[in-house]
Order: sequence, then structure tokens, then C-alpha cells
Amino acid sequence: MAEVEMYKRTPIEQDLFVRRSKETMRGQVMMFSLMIFMTLVSFTFVVAYQQGVEGFTKYLVIPVLFLFAAVQVGLQLYYFMHMKDKGHGIPQMFMFTGVVFAFLIPLTFVTIVWW
Amino acid sequence: MSSVAQKRGFGAALWDWMTTVDHKKIGILYLIGGGFFFVVGGIEAMIIRLQLLKPNNDLVSAGLFNDLITMHGTTMIFLAAMPILFGFMNYIMPLQIGARDVAFPFINSLGFWMFFLGGVFLNVSWFFGQVPDAGWTSYASLSLASPGHGIDFYAIGLQIAGGGTLMGGINFLVTIINMRAPGMTYMRMPLFTWTTFVASAMILFAFPPLTVGLFFLTFDRMFDANFFDHQMGGNTIIWEHIFWIFGHPEVYILILPAFGIFSEIFSIFSRKRLFGYPAMVFATVLIGFLGFMVWAHHMFTVGLGPTANAIFAVATMAIAVPTGVKIFNWLLTIWGGSIVMTTPMLYALGFIPSFVMGGVTGVMQGAAPLDYQLHDSYFIVAHFHYVIVGGVVLAILAGVHLYWPKMFGTMLSETLGKITFVFFFVGFHCTFLIQHWLGFWGMPRRVWTYMDGQGWNTANLISSIGALLMAIGVIVMVINIIMTTVKNVRVGNDPWGDGRTLEWAIPSPPPFYNFTQTPLVRGLDTVWIEKQEGNATGLTFAEPITDIHMPHGSIIPFFMTVGLFIAGFGAMYHQETSWGLPLLIFGLAWTFVSMAMRSLKDDLGYHVTKEEIQADINNASKGGQN
Ligand code: HEM
Ligand SMILES: [Cu+2]
Repeated sequence: MAEVEMYKRTPIEQDLFVRRSKETMRGQVMMFSLMIFMTLVSFTFVVAYQQGVEGFTKYLVIPVLFLFAAVQVGLQLYYFMHMKDKGHGIPQMFMFTGVVFAFLIPLTFVTIVWW
Repeated sequence: MSSVAQKRGFGAALWDWMTTVDHKKIGILYLIGGGFFFVVGGIEAMIIRLQLLKPNNDLVSAGLFNDLITMHGTTMIFLAAMPILFGFMNYIMPLQIGARDVAFPFINSLGFWMFFLGGVFLNVSWFFGQVPDAGWTSYASLSLASPGHGIDFYAIGLQIAGGGTLMGGINFLVTIINMRAPGMTYMRMPLFTWTTFVASAMILFAFPPLTVGLFFLTFDRMFDANFFDHQMGGNTIIWEHIFWIFGHPEVYILILPAFGIFSEIFSIFSRKRLFGYPAMVFATVLIGFLGFMVWAHHMFTVGLGPTANAIFAVATMAIAVPTGVKIFNWLLTIWGGSIVMTTPMLYALGFIPSFVMGGVTGVMQGAAPLDYQLHDSYFIVAHFHYVIVGGVVLAILAGVHLYWPKMFGTMLSETLGKITFVFFFVGFHCTFLIQHWLGFWGMPRRVWTYMDGQGWNTANLISSIGALLMAIGVIVMVINIIMTTVKNVRVGNDPWGDGRTLEWAIPSPPPFYNFTQTPLVRGLDTVWIEKQEGNATGLTFAEPITDIHMPHGSIIPFFMTVGLFIAGFGAMYHQETSWGLPLLIFGLAWTFVSMAMRSLKDDLGYHVTKEEIQADINNASKGGQN
């Protein structure tokens, strides 16, 4: 390894850095609360279904759970794994291609192998 | 090679090659390994053609014939064509983007050893006398019924080799994404780099299905699972789907780098910028994507139903469109160019009509109703040999001639090169053109022999003669290589005189750190641009001479692979012997211990100092190349 180079930020850069970090932190905390909230809602739905509360049928609960799950995966990837930040275009492209294949191929299987 | 290398003993040289992490040396290893298996597969092909030379022949038994066609196909695709292309990618691609190595040199070496020992694993089956015999596609009902350990060698050998390929593909992707020199934007990348990129992306998505399929097969055969056994609730058709979800992308993984090599050749020897570069890039990406949408065209006759057949037929024909775009762009690149008829250019010109014929028969087979007639006949054999030999193998031979001076610093004889081309090209058409008609006349593929009086005798004779001509062509090339190496006349940076991309602006062979300084890329065909502007070196640098950080070599990749090799035998014998299971565990443990050694020991590499680099530059400018 080369000698470790020390780079000092200028005061303006430091200022910007602090502000950016604050913003990121705020975003993270907000998203985290949102995710906790959605988890709570999901559990409530399931409990409500089990208790036989009027209106909480299978056809409501299951799609909602799936929807929340999808949103959670998205938040996890974009906020906590930084996919929303710059420089993640290529990984995103590969992931989405993978998602498309992972959807299309089983779709063909259910239609033509296990029809 | 430096004079230092020649004075070392054989042992030291062997150690050097076994531990190397230099992308150029690994590239050469891939070429040697792939070349070796190419010869093995070629010998198998010659025996097949000898057996089919005349009716009712009994040169080989029916069982041995099945072994031969299976091993020929498997060897040629997985152990010859892919690795040789990987050799070119490894050697040339980092040079083209101005990088000093691939992103993960250690994994690069691991990838090579896994390919090589996987290939050896597959081929030791010959010494055990239990050889894979269910075709290179190894359809499950047949392969589950096959007695002995033949198919086990197939499943485990390909698993090991396939793992290596997957690592190589990921490595190339990361290299191209992260290690391009300043100014080398995506739309300035040479086409060979682009095709390497797309082929690697296809590897990333296509090889995991193969891995899964091979594991299922391994579990079914060796661990009492029932994925493909319909009597136990499995489904034998699933293997076909999984295999072709991998298999069709695989054929495009083979042809795309071939397209890349030919694109370089057309533009170098027409002395013109590649016509329609953006369209070429777009077509490459589109082929890569569509390649995943058509696998069921190999299964039209399975009984998927008319709707599925129709959808896959249309998707299949759609691929012909971007392929056509490419063909026309090549033609327009040659059009009006000042053409030089070198050996690589001859191959490139021969490639166009040959590959188009393969494409046309492909579209014919893509028409599902017609495929009911063509399927499993010699027509299919003709089709895929037209695309694979007329496309991939011609590209490999062209690439050997084109890049030989860059890799070894000597120029292959053009005369012998052209003789090779003529023999090979004539032999190729002689062998496979007539097979289209054999298919029409009803000869099924994969038959051991045929009876007299069906009108197939002459056609088969012609086909076998063609195979002989191809073999002569390859032998001439080997002679050429030996003669050139013995004569050892050294060449300069740009032996063809018209190099357009970065690899032609550095010494042949390049120093182990490739570029004394990272180059600045000013456009597509940057070296050509520099030369047009009067900069004879062809390079503008992006940085002053600084110390270069290089990785150390390592023997660990080899050891990791040896562990897998041993574990493979353990898995194979664990049911009938008591030592099988311990051997399996021992082999896996060996691999994990090697991995741990790699992880726990810090190896930070070393630096090539400014002074050493300056000394190399001075030495080169004095003409002191050794
Ligand atoms: C326009 C492009 C192409 C089309 C439309 C096409 C179409 C087809 C179809 C429909 C089949 C199945 C025929 C059957 O078994 O009944 C087939 C087989 C095959 N194709 Fe192609 N193909 C194309 C290009 C290629 C290329 C570029 C390669 C390889 C470099 C290739 C390699 C193969 C192989 C190896 C098989 C036979 C597999 C086997 O059954 O063993 N094809 N092709
Ligand atoms: Cu196909």
C-alpha cells in the first residue's frame, strides 16, 4: 500500500458534508419508522383475520401483506443499501434484469410445465 | 519473454505459471487448456466421421459411439470454444480498456483452474471406461437410466468447470464497469470489449440455471433424490427446460465474442471506423436480452402446446433482426474501405456467408411446424455446426492469427495461415453443407450407423472427406505455430500497421504491468485518432509515471480446485464404497481450509517503482527488446 494520504476538507466542504449527513440520517430514521409501522400494521392485519374481525378476509389480508413486503424490500434496497444514491445505475440494471427473468421464467413454467 | 525467464529452470517456470494472477498469462493458460481440449474433441470428431464413412460400419461399437458424440459436444462447447474465447477476453479486453489487470486477479486464476480441472475430471472418465453417453444435452430420462458412473463424470465435471466460467464472467463484468481508463466511456469501448461485456452478463444469468440443473442431476443420481423421476412425483421435462434456459444463452455467449473479434478485424483491415457503431452496440445488447426468451425452440416437439410453440417461434425469429443489423454493418464497414487481405481478414470474409447460412437454417427451425420435420435430423447438426464452426471456430482461428503477434511477439506466417484457411474453410463446407440434405433425406442425428441403400452413402462419404480437410488445416496451423516460435523474429507494437485500439500501442508482448502510465482515451479507436493527429506512439497519458501496485501470485486457487476435484470422486463413490463419504468431506474441507488461508493471510501486493518503469521505457526506446 502506498503511504496513507490525508486529505483535509475546507470549512465549506465540511459544512456541506455535515448538512448532507444530517439529511441522510433524517431520511434513514424516517424510513425506519415507516418500516416498523408497516410491520405493525401487517401483524395487526393477521391478528384481526385470526380473530375473525369483520371485513378482514383472506382476499384482503394476503394481497396487503404482499404489497407491504414488496415496499419493505424496496425501502431496504433503496434507503439502507443506498441504491437511491448516485453510482448504482449498473447494479440496478443487473438486479432488475434478474428480477424480470426470475418472474418470466417461473411464469412460463406455471403455464406450460405445470399447467 | 524476458531473457531472465529463459534462464530459469523448468520447475521455476512451472511454479510461475501455476501461481500466476497476471491476466495475460492466465489468458495464455486458457488458450493452451482450450487448445488441448480442442484437439481432444477434434480427435473424437474424426472417429465419429470415420465410423459414419460407410454404411454398416463397425469401427466403433454403438456404446462407444454414444460416448464419442457426448464427449465431442461437451468438450467442444465447454472445454474448447468457451475457454479459448475466455483466453482472448482475458488477454485483450483489459488492454483495450487501458487497465493493468482484471478486477479480481486471484479469482481469475481460480476460474482458470476450475475450468481446467473440471475438464480433466470429465475426461478421466475415459480411463475409468465409464464415459458420459447421454448426449451433450444429457436429457434426464436417458441420463438417469445410464448405468455406471459416466453421467456422474458429466454432472460433477461440468459443475466444477461451470463454476470457473461463472467466476470469470463476473470478473470481466466488474473489470469493464470499474477499470476503464479515463475517457473510455461506454460508447467508446471497442466492440470486442462490448461483446465481452454482454457475453459476461449472459454468463451471469445463464450459468446459475445450469448449476441448479446439474445439482438436481447429481442429487438424483448420487443422493437418491427424485427431481426428474416422474414415478416419484418428479418431472423429466424440467431438466430440458433448465438445460435450455442455460443452453440457448450459452450459444450466444459463444457467438458474441466471435462477433467482437470479427468487428475488430473488419475495421482494422478495412482501415475504417466500424460502420454504425451505436447500432452494433445496441444489437449486441438486444441479442443478449432476447437470447433468454427463446429456449423452448429446442423443445417444439415435446408437446408444449400450440400457444407456447407459437410464442417461442415468434421470439426466435425476432433474434434474426439484430443479427441482420450486425451483418449489414460489417458489409458497410468493408464497403469503400481500403482492404488488406490478411489471414484474419480472409477468415472474417469467409465468416459472413457461412454464418448467414447458419442463421437462415436457424430461422427455418424456429418455424415450429417445420421443426417437426427437421428436429433430431442431420439438418440440426448442419445448422449448429454452421453457426458454431462457421462463426465461433472461424473467429477463434482468426483471433489466433490476429492476436498472436500481440501475445507472443512473433508473426505467424501469412502463407501458411492462408493455406490453413483454405483447407479449413473448404473442409468445413464440404462436411456440413451436405448434412442439410442428409437431414431432408431422413437421416436422424446421433445414430451409430446406417443401412445401405437409403441414398445416404455418398453424402456421408463427402462429409467425412471434409472432416479430413479441416484436420489438415488445423495441422498446418500447428506447424505454423511451431515454425514461428522456433524462428522467433520479434515484431514491434503494431505489427499489422493499422491497429486502432489501445492494445496496439504497447509492446508485443506487453510488460507485465501493461501500461507504463494510464492512457487517456480521446474517442472511439483512440490510437487511430492519435496517429491521424501525428502522434506516432498512439498514446496520450492521463498521469505521470508513478509507482504501480501489483498483486502477488498465489498457489491457493490451484489448491482450492484440487479440493473440489477430490470431493467430486467422493460424491461419485459414496454409495458403493465406505471411503466415498470421507473423501467427499475431506475434499470439501481441503477447499475451505485453502479459502480460509486466503482470507486470513493479508497479502497487500507489491510496487513496481518509478525507476524500474523508467528503465523499461529507456530500454525499449533503445530498441533493446529482448
Ligand atoms: C438466427 C439465429 C438462430 C436461430 C433462429 C436458431 C434456431 C435454432 C433452433 C430452432 C434450434 C432447435 C432445432 C431443433 O432441435 O429442432 C437450434 C438448435 C441449435 N442451435 Fe441455433 N439458432 C440460431 C443461432 C445459433 C447460434 C448463433 C448458435 C451457436 C453459436 C446456435 C447453436 C445451436 C445449437 C448448438 C443447436 C442444437 C442443440 C442440440 O439440440 O444439440 N444457434 N437453433
Ligand atoms: Cu437455441
